[in-house]
Amino acid sequence: MSDTIPITVDFAGGLEKLFGDQRRHSVSLPARDSNGRPANVAFLADYLCKNLMTDPRTDQLLEDKHIRPGILVLINDADWELEGEEAYEIQPNDNILFVTTLHGG
Amino acid sequence: MGQDTGNHNGANGASVAENSAQDGLARRLTEEEFDRYSRQMIVPGMGKQGQLRLINSRVLIIGAGGLGCPAAQYIAGAGVGTIGIVDGDVVEMSNLHRQVGHATSRIGMKKVDSLISHLRGLNPLPTYIAHPFHLTPQNAADIISQYDLVMDCTDNPATRYLISDVCVLLCRPLVSAASVQKSGQLIVLNCPPTPQGLVDGKYAPCYRCCFRKPPPPSSMVSCGEAGIMGPVVGMMGVAQAGEAIKILASALHIPSQNTENGPERNLQQPTLLIYTYDLDSAVGPYSFRALKMGGRKKNCFACGENSTLTLEGIKAGNPNYEQFCSIPTASCNLPPEERITAAAYHAAKEKGELPEHILLDTREKEHFSFGSIDGAVNLPFGKFLMKAAAVKRGGGSARDILPPEVVDTDAPIFVVCRRGLDSQETVAKLKELGLDKGGKRKIMDIAGGMKAWKEEVDPSFPFI
Repeated sequence: MSDTIPITVDFAGGLEKLFGDQRRHSVSLPARDSNGRPANVAFLADYLCKNLMTDPRTDQLLEDKHIRPGILVLINDADWELEGEEAYEIQPNDNILFVTTLHGG
Repeated sequence: MGQDTGNHNGANGASVAENSAQDGLARRLTEEEFDRYSRQMIVPGMGKQGQLRLINSRVLIIGAGGLGCPAAQYIAGAGVGTIGIVDGDVVEMSNLHRQVGHATSRIGMKKVDSLISHLRGLNPLPTYIAHPFHLTPQNAADIISQYDLVMDCTDNPATRYLISDVCVLLCRPLVSAASVQKSGQLIVLNCPPTPQGLVDGKYAPCYRCCFRKPPPPSSMVSCGEAGIMGPVVGMMGVAQAGEAIKILASALHIPSQNTENGPERNLQQPTLLIYTYDLDSAVGPYSFRALKMGGRKKNCFACGENSTLTLEGIKAGNPNYEQFCSIPTASCNLPPEERITAAAYHAAKEKGELPEHILLDTREKEHFSFGSIDGAVNLPFGKFLMKAAAVKRGGGSARDILPPEVVDTDAPIFVVCRRGLDSQETVAKLKELGLDKGGKRKIMDIAGGMKAWKEEVDPSFPFI
């Protein structure tokens, strides 16, 4: 199997500011983490913080190594809890969207 | 609570839509109603029945701002029989670019009164009820219980969780929207409403099922701080009205007696609509996204199977919504000797007691462009942090990311921001970069930022 997975990662609700003000990114994600396990959403989030985030404030995405409260993760436009949350294994051509919940009005 | 009795027949307070089937849904429309609502009644699916359901419905709009104004216009225009509006604020000039139910001539008036006067001009038939105060844990159930459907048009997470919790306990459907800067969100919750604790089978989620915990306060921005584009929040408010009208006209909030023969009315897995607006590109394929959300959660704090949430508890302060939404976060707190008040800085400068120094203003360039303290150099905080982190990671020096006059002298540095938080972090970062030259060079924070400057020094300063 190939050693990277092509995916698109989207940011919305203000999170794009952490990623060079760019909303859509094509990412070649390593297919396996450092322990040889298939790449899942938790690994993706960590990978994004280390490789794609231009803002140093990683706590705006992760808190104690988990996606922080107030951020929704959508896997191919469905809430990640329908897909297994952080344990969901990334598939080729997946679209992963990170969006903050808004409160203004 | 001010009450104004409108001219609709059949909407005289007898509560929810189930009851109104007998008394209200069989009557004739008046000539005015027929004329006024004809264009929407001829839309397939609406008809006279849909219109009479609207006329017999009671809708509560919480928040008379950027969402509530456009939402209320369409709710009133469509002929919903009783419309309640909750808001404790007064109209301000800075509201008017988006809060289209108010007017320049009504600045200073209670928002609920201003909006109701606008709505009455649009449609005098509905009964309008003013609740001219903020929703609180103490008054929420009494107010919400008077209505069939609730629209959350508020601007803060504590009230959003409160509204959802009370809607769960009173079995009311909730149409919720939010918007800030260039983004908007919309979702229909608790529809059809299901009693708390029922989790077998598929039931609609509440706000907590979808948004279990609020974001940390440090990441939350309000429209006052981050700004808001009028059409973005307006679009979300109009969409809210659209959802509410649909629910009431088609009775989607009343569980179908015979689901097998009924039309497809599966709302248990709602859609979260998100709208992203871009100031520098045309509308694109991802401007709107419709996201599939999960149903009711077994372990939900409010509607789940072991929930202990009650109306009495809420009234007595349990849960504590303010605390839930303001989990303390580590914030930078400089010692007093590294801080100076805006007034003291100004006085020292006026008296010539300040040596030649550098004043850094860390607000975003949009804010800086409206005005700054004489001699200030703009160093936008977000970009500075990024560059400082790059230096820390990849080597390089402060000279690569700061103007030479900042790096190559020993002149003291003063840092000012909007409200006094970013500036403290900037002071700490500048020291990390070695600019304090081992303590020889003073780096000071102007406490309270430009807000304090306006309050203590220059009341005419255009603080935004």
